[in-house]
Amino acid sequence: MSKNAVEVTGVTRIYTDVRGNPLEALRDVSVSIQQGEFVSIIGPSGCGKTTLLRLIAGLDSPQAGELRLNGEIISGTDPQRGYVFQQGSLFPWLTVAKNIAAGLKARGVYKQQKADVAEYIELIGLEGFEKSYPHQISGGMAQRVAIARALINRPEVLLLDEPMGALDSFTRADLQDKLLELWKHDGTTMILVTHDIDEAIYLADRVVIMSPRPGKISDVIPIDFPRPRHRGGVEFLAMRKTILEKLDLASAKPEPEYTI
Amino acid sequence: MKISNTKFLIRTVLTLLGFALAEVGSFAIPTLQNQTFVIRDEAYRAILAGLMVIYLGSGIFSWFSETRRVKYAKRAPFRLFIGLVLLVWDMLGTKFGKLHMPFFPGPSQITWVFVEEWEFLLSNLLYSLRLYAFGFFSGVFLGVGTGILIGWFSKANYWIMPVLKMTGVIPAVAWMPFALNIFPSSFLAGCFLVSMCAWFPIGFQTARGMQATQKVYFEVARTIGGGRFYQLFHVAIPNALPTIFTGVSTANGLAFTTLVMTEMMGARGGLGYYINWAKAWSSYYKVYAAIIIMAILFSIILKIIGAIQNRALIWQRGLTSNVEERG
Repeated sequence: MSKNAVEVTGVTRIYTDVRGNPLEALRDVSVSIQQGEFVSIIGPSGCGKTTLLRLIAGLDSPQAGELRLNGEIISGTDPQRGYVFQQGSLFPWLTVAKNIAAGLKARGVYKQQKADVAEYIELIGLEGFEKSYPHQISGGMAQRVAIARALINRPEVLLLDEPMGALDSFTRADLQDKLLELWKHDGTTMILVTHDIDEAIYLADRVVIMSPRPGKISDVIPIDFPRPRHRGGVEFLAMRKTILEKLDLASAKPEPEYTI
Repeated sequence: MKISNTKFLIRTVLTLLGFALAEVGSFAIPTLQNQTFVIRDEAYRAILAGLMVIYLGSGIFSWFSETRRVKYAKRAPFRLFIGLVLLVWDMLGTKFGKLHMPFFPGPSQITWVFVEEWEFLLSNLLYSLRLYAFGFFSGVFLGVGTGILIGWFSKANYWIMPVLKMTGVIPAVAWMPFALNIFPSSFLAGCFLVSMCAWFPIGFQTARGMQATQKVYFEVARTIGGGRFYQLFHVAIPNALPTIFTGVSTANGLAFTTLVMTEMMGARGGLGYYINWAKAWSSYYKVYAAIIIMAILFSIILKIIGAIQNRALIWQRGLTSNVEERG
């Protein structure tokens, strides 16, 4: 457990906004994530959490600093780093089974590993929906398929970009448990971007708190009480309070100019 | 919606009634014979009888299924109407000679052409079909090919797209004088014109559909290990399928027009050629016969393309025809 899988060192990413002004999405961000660890990244919008995830995925590249997976510099995408998008990322022209198989086909190993498709359909609990098209299944089911599609390539790291953001709270709780189950099954390192504090505490070994303008990591909080975690438990609520306080600090409001 | 047995029987009778009346009219009233040639009623009567057999058969077939019953019952008034129209037309044209000849012949005269000249009609039909098959499919092939080039390579978009846009607005038949001169046969010239008219809408729509692919699909393809080849054949092209079919439908309509026009102007066979030839002899009833064949042929082609489209686009949300098929 002590081996670092993902190492981010001094990463800076600057975008240009519509007016042509530079926008620092990330400034000098460094973080290490251990192999098999589950890390949640949380923070207000504009703090660069999705940018950080996209950089790890290789969908984007930094202006300064470097990112490494198992010691190798990340440049460009690789099935070693699976990515689950927010929503609506399933190929609408493929059935559930073929969406999951897409990862195998893209790498050209479909013939050898065909059996994995059925295995993952069973793992995500979608037996009987193999031949359904994405528009025929619910949002929660669609996200399970998206997760299976990324996992079937047996990635070293799974990057999840608010995969449950658009789901109702019951579906979300259900999918969170499914995610933990898959995590235990494969031992994949998980990095989850979320704006839901409860979700972050419920799932993660560590919660990374980010703050905006410029995007940087303001705190890293270990969550060390055992799973399954009770959402109404004392430890859980205490942790929730801690993180809320940190987040309040993280998105520091400007001092009022005058008081009455 | 449910249809009771009695109601369904009434609808079946209504369906057959119009054609039955037309048949009775044809037998009961003597045909007004023309001085120049004899009018034969047999083909018309046989077709009426055939229609009655078909609709009776489809009524019996529909009896056992609720959804087919509804469909059949819904169509009854229209079929009755068609029968009555045939009756009136037959009376005015064949029986009492009230229509202006030779431009408006009766149904007997027109349908007899199918018996009298079936060989010549068939050979022209096959000629048209051959021209359509070669011309249209080469147009689809060229159109999709050009569209993929434009949709995938920005260089092709820069150099070919303006050419496609400029030449595309020209009706293909405008190239006719040129086509008839440079191609060794009128068949090849026709092929060229039909494929030209299909090329533009299909090429344009293919490119448009590929360029409209959501970025997230390409990003998914990249993160699961898909290279450029995968992104082209498994993302961009499937994404363009709906608009490709939009292009194919547009092209099909244009292809029918171009096909008939080229046959009328330069070809040595085909339904367009037949119409021209019949017109030269003032045999307008033959023109109508050819038009009826065209209507049937083009409807069948549209049906086939529609069926292919429904199959290929089954994944799309809200395609009503899919839902109907499933139901």
